[in-house]
Amino acid sequence: MADNANTSDTATRTALTEPVDERIPTVIADSVDIVYRINGTGAGRGSATAALNRILRPKQAEKASGTRIVHAVKKVSFVAYKGEAVGLIGTNGSGKSTLLKGIAGLQPVENGKIYTDGQPSLLGVNAALMGDLTGERNVYLGGLAMGMTREQIKERYQEIVDFSGINEKGDFISLPMRTYSSGMGSRLRFSIAAAKDHDVLLIDEALSTGDARFQARSAERIQEMREHAGTVFLVSHSNAAIRTTCERVLWLERGELRMDGPTEEVLEAYEEFTSGKAKK
Amino acid sequence: MSGANGTTAPTPLPRVKAADVSQVLHTPPKTPAHGHGDLAALAERHGLTVSGARPPLPEYLRQLWARRHFITAFATAKLTAQYSQAKLGQVWQVMTPLLNAAVYYFIFGVLLETKKGVADFIPFLVTGVFVFTFTQSSIMAGTRAISGSIGLVRALHFPRATLPISFCLQQLQQLLFSMAALVLILLAVGVPPAPSWLLAIPVMVLQFIFNAGMAMIMARLGAHTPDISQLMPFILRTWMYVSGVMWSIDNLISKHHGMPSWLGALLRANPAAVYIDLMRFALIDTFHGSQLPPHVWLVATGWALLVGVGGFIYFWKAEETYGRG
Repeated sequence: MADNANTSDTATRTALTEPVDERIPTVIADSVDIVYRINGTGAGRGSATAALNRILRPKQAEKASGTRIVHAVKKVSFVAYKGEAVGLIGTNGSGKSTLLKGIAGLQPVENGKIYTDGQPSLLGVNAALMGDLTGERNVYLGGLAMGMTREQIKERYQEIVDFSGINEKGDFISLPMRTYSSGMGSRLRFSIAAAKDHDVLLIDEALSTGDARFQARSAERIQEMREHAGTVFLVSHSNAAIRTTCERVLWLERGELRMDGPTEEVLEAYEEFTSGKAKK
Repeated sequence: MSGANGTTAPTPLPRVKAADVSQVLHTPPKTPAHGHGDLAALAERHGLTVSGARPPLPEYLRQLWARRHFITAFATAKLTAQYSQAKLGQVWQVMTPLLNAAVYYFIFGVLLETKKGVADFIPFLVTGVFVFTFTQSSIMAGTRAISGSIGLVRALHFPRATLPISFCLQQLQQLLFSMAALVLILLAVGVPPAPSWLLAIPVMVLQFIFNAGMAMIMARLGAHTPDISQLMPFILRTWMYVSGVMWSIDNLISKHHGMPSWLGALLRANPAAVYIDLMRFALIDTFHGSQLPPHVWLVATGWALLVGVGGFIYFWKAEETYGRG
């Protein structure tokens, strides 16, 4: 425990400027490349002759009409430590979310390796939920999808519902999720996802959902999870959210790691970069 | 995690200093300051594992077992969601198979008269339709199991075999509704309840294992070549017509003496035909054991094990590639 406190302490103070050896790495990215292959984007995409050509001469036609390759993350290396909250910033399409998926092991890496301590979890339970089912059933479904047991979910059920605040305006949890407003829906999704304790937690823009009160509550919850969990990664376009949550920031641009350092330093450079772009 | 690890690593690490990186702000970063060896060694020293690597088969089975509640919950949720917007709601679970049977009866029983020489044609036909539909929809669902749930695959970490198995379980639940409808039909046309009806249970279990294997094979194919799902309806319809769903394979073989014996054997070894005939044997009193091919239970079990286990291993082999693209 003493060791733990020490680690987070040094982390906040110095972040990257000095090598601190006693810290425990939780995520190591070793010159990672992530590549997307997208079918049928070429010029002759829809036409039958192009398709036939693709079948008959797969190699030749691949470039012309078939698969396009998007190199989303290029040679990114970093080491993240236990107790750290790492922000990922960059303009749209710079590869932040892709890198997050790579860390979670959900997007295969093309070259290089990502080593992790335990199973990092992406805070993204929404895909498992079904709009036609009631909020209550979705709490169970989402929890099971994340690998919780029924007992664990039952234990936390009230906590999840209270946290989401869905029932503040009436008994909405027993209505199908498709009847929820978009804010209510995302609040419930975040609450379900946040119910589990994770070793390495990856959050993609989750803080921007819900009203101000809910945002404050979720920031608090993330802080809590960070104390329990090892490491938190946060992708956000809100520099304010990054400032309050993270002490270290990775800046990605066009899939490349532009900068890696203490929050203030990186954000300053990033803000200069984005505002400079705007002036032009 | 144990804190002991942290204290036992005094070797200084090469690190990228923030200042170094900020200097190359407007140019792409040079090669990373630490080489491959350093990072890999660091990972090894702290017992870190490669993210998203395919677990070995026993570990995979263990993970799958740990997700069993998700498999059932997901299947039930899908089944419930299916008719949740309809006014009649879950009544459609029974109505849909009944309507299906009615259509096939109208076409094959009334218009085409394939019922000649088949005793109890209505239960014969309805059993065939329901049992084949179980395999057919499991395979169709399996084909889209990964490609249609790509959001789920990319968002959460779980053994991917969960999906095709869960979709098959949904179809099994659907079959149970159909069987309830079938019991009504059987009683309505005067087939007496018999202890042999219990044989329906092992038939369904074997067919479920077979279907799950097929679904996993198709899920892998469909995940990498989405075009398969366009092709499958045609293959499945052809399969249905040769499986003796609306006509009797036994009658056909005994009628055509000139038919080569291998063709007859092939028609009877068809797994769909095997499961359909076993189910008829279990439920319909006029469908005798003599109409079954030789060693039928052995064949049924063999298909289930071969496709079930083979399909599972085939699916697992590509585990880490699902969700790419």
